Amino acid sequence: MTRKQKKLLLRILIACGLFAAVFVTEKLTDLNRFVYLGLYLIPYLTAGYDVLLKSARNISKGQVFDEMFLMAVATIGALVIGEYPESVFVMVFFQTGELFQNVAVGKSRRSISGLMDLRPDIATVVKDGIEEEVLPEEVCVGDTLLVRPGEKIPVDGVVSRGVSTVDTAALTGESVPADVGPGDALISGTVNMTGTLYYTASKEYGESTAAKILELVENSSMNKAKSEQFLTRFAKYYTPTVVIGAALLALIPSLITGDWKDWVYRALIFLVVSCPCALVISVPLSFFGGIGGASSKGILIKGANYLEALADVKTAVFDKTGTLTTGSFTVTDVAPAEGFTKEQVLSLAACAEYYSDHPIALSVKQAAGDCDAPSDTKVLSGYGIEAKTAQGAVLAGNAALMKERGIAFTETTKTGTAVYVAVEDRFAGSIVINDTLKPRAAEAVKALKALGVTKTVMLTGDREAAAEKAAKDAGVDEFHAGLLPQGKVEIVDALCKAEGKRETLLFAGDGINDAPVLTRADIGVAMGGLGSDAAIEAADAVIMDDDPAKIPLAVAIARRTKRIVRENVIFALGVKFAVLILAALGLTNMWVGVFADVGVAVLAILNAMRTLKAPGGGK
Amino acid sequence: MKKSIQLEDLDCANCAAKFENAVAAIDGVQRVTVSFMAQKMILEAPDDRFDEILKQVVKTAKKVVPDCTVILK
Repeated sequence: MTRKQKKLLLRILIACGLFAAVFVTEKLTDLNRFVYLGLYLIPYLTAGYDVLLKSARNISKGQVFDEMFLMAVATIGALVIGEYPESVFVMVFFQTGELFQNVAVGKSRRSISGLMDLRPDIATVVKDGIEEEVLPEEVCVGDTLLVRPGEKIPVDGVVSRGVSTVDTAALTGESVPADVGPGDALISGTVNMTGTLYYTASKEYGESTAAKILELVENSSMNKAKSEQFLTRFAKYYTPTVVIGAALLALIPSLITGDWKDWVYRALIFLVVSCPCALVISVPLSFFGGIGGASSKGILIKGANYLEALADVKTAVFDKTGTLTTGSFTVTDVAPAEGFTKEQVLSLAACAEYYSDHPIALSVKQAAGDCDAPSDTKVLSGYGIEAKTAQGAVLAGNAALMKERGIAFTETTKTGTAVYVAVEDRFAGSIVINDTLKPRAAEAVKALKALGVTKTVMLTGDREAAAEKAAKDAGVDEFHAGLLPQGKVEIVDALCKAEGKRETLLFAGDGINDAPVLTRADIGVAMGGLGSDAAIEAADAVIMDDDPAKIPLAVAIARRTKRIVRENVIFALGVKFAVLILAALGLTNMWVGVFADVGVAVLAILNAMRTLKAPGGGK
Repeated sequence: MKKSIQLEDLDCANCAAKFENAVAAIDGVQRVTVSFMAQKMILEAPDDRFDEILKQVVKTAKKVVPDCTVILK
């Protein structure tokens, strides 16, 4: 608790004690009622003097429907009509609620930054053999940094000396230690575990992974959910309506019946429940908690609006490579054309793909061994690659490329991704590469279906046969193979249009080649965000590691958060309306009224804070 | 220009909403979001009028949310 909060707590406790003492005195003695009024004013002012001061200040600035002002009117009104204990109780309870809200919100704010335990406190820069501790913000690109075991990596960089393991748990939610040595990239926010490392900073703090992720999570509350916007709009009308209702209730029946005291009392209950705070606070708090809970599992969600959309996912579309499959390929078959050897085919393909980092290219290069750099290469998006090499002009790509160039070729019958190779427009042979399904891909698809996702679709640029196998193994309902990036967008677009109201489409891809599709989908999820700025930029949600099982987990967290939000809205509105009706009918009292205001706020906040704990147990 | 501005002692969620509405009504403000949870405001306004608008924002804050301090760096 802060000092301000402690002070308020102390005041509430003193007011409670004084209130009890006065209450007992009143029961035991029989004095003039003004004496009691004076006595009750002591706890009343102890608890609420600042409410009175603030309301006076706010009213002077034209803030009529201010909660402080309404509370002041309600309690002073109660004092005027002689309901002293009620008045004091309402004031004390109101302040207790304020204190609780303050503490709860502060606590959840802190626990979220605790969950995102990424912020490095200090960086050790080594200059001319001298170690100097600086703030991470002061590190420049190119500086040599030292990290000892147990320390956080302050900025992104590349290891220059030393061997160690790093723990990525703070980023991915899973504690999977990774070995690093000279030349390996280090990501800020991860923890150095075993050895001392020297490394060169490759990015400034603000551009580093840890800072970007923290900023993203902090700013996620700026993207407000529809239900939150609805409530703030509702609140705007709720308070004036209730206050006007109270005024009418105090005036009209009193003029008819002449029973002023009873009707004014009923109107005061209206004023007590007129503050919409319980509603307005519990919704963003729930979403904030849900987003925080998800980030502790290595799932970053960029806003409450996306969390809300995630809860309504009915169609899940996956990119194949890197999302459902590992994306690490191995050459499983080489079929040379007449006049070529297997080695030649591999070497030609490897030459052509010399500069490519595509997983398929990497596997070909690995199988072929060393080769010479080509003099010129051109990437033919969706087809393959064209390169000028020592052996002549080499084409390496899919069947469509061969057809487009009018090259006669033999189509392979093997399952997998085929790369056809031609040199000087003559077919040299084919290479088949296979990609393996991620261990938890099938589990993820199954879990999504269990969560009520009605349609699962896989998209790929690969051949039909390779796609069919992966689709069958993963258990998706539908697949589309041989797609160019534009084709993926068209399919997602068509699927989006086929959706009903309150149904959303999720697309999960690696975030590198899929940016247009990620943007088109209702929720674009980028996989393997660790170390990929592009993915973090383009997507609405980012899964830090590449575990597909995080997708259903994200949906489950979103569902739970949304359910909690709905519970809160229904509960808070229900209780308030019930109390309003009962008050109008004269069936309730101020004690119940203040419960409907403060008690409901407290319960809604407690309920909202449950979202911090992500489902599925664990840490 | 888009700027993220820290807010201090923004005590109630409803006040944050009221503040947001009031700032949105200031002439020249293109977009504004006030987050109660993050205690932050993201303000978007034309570059050439930004300082002048920011002054208006501080004034509005004093009126609508007197307890809250807009932290200008």
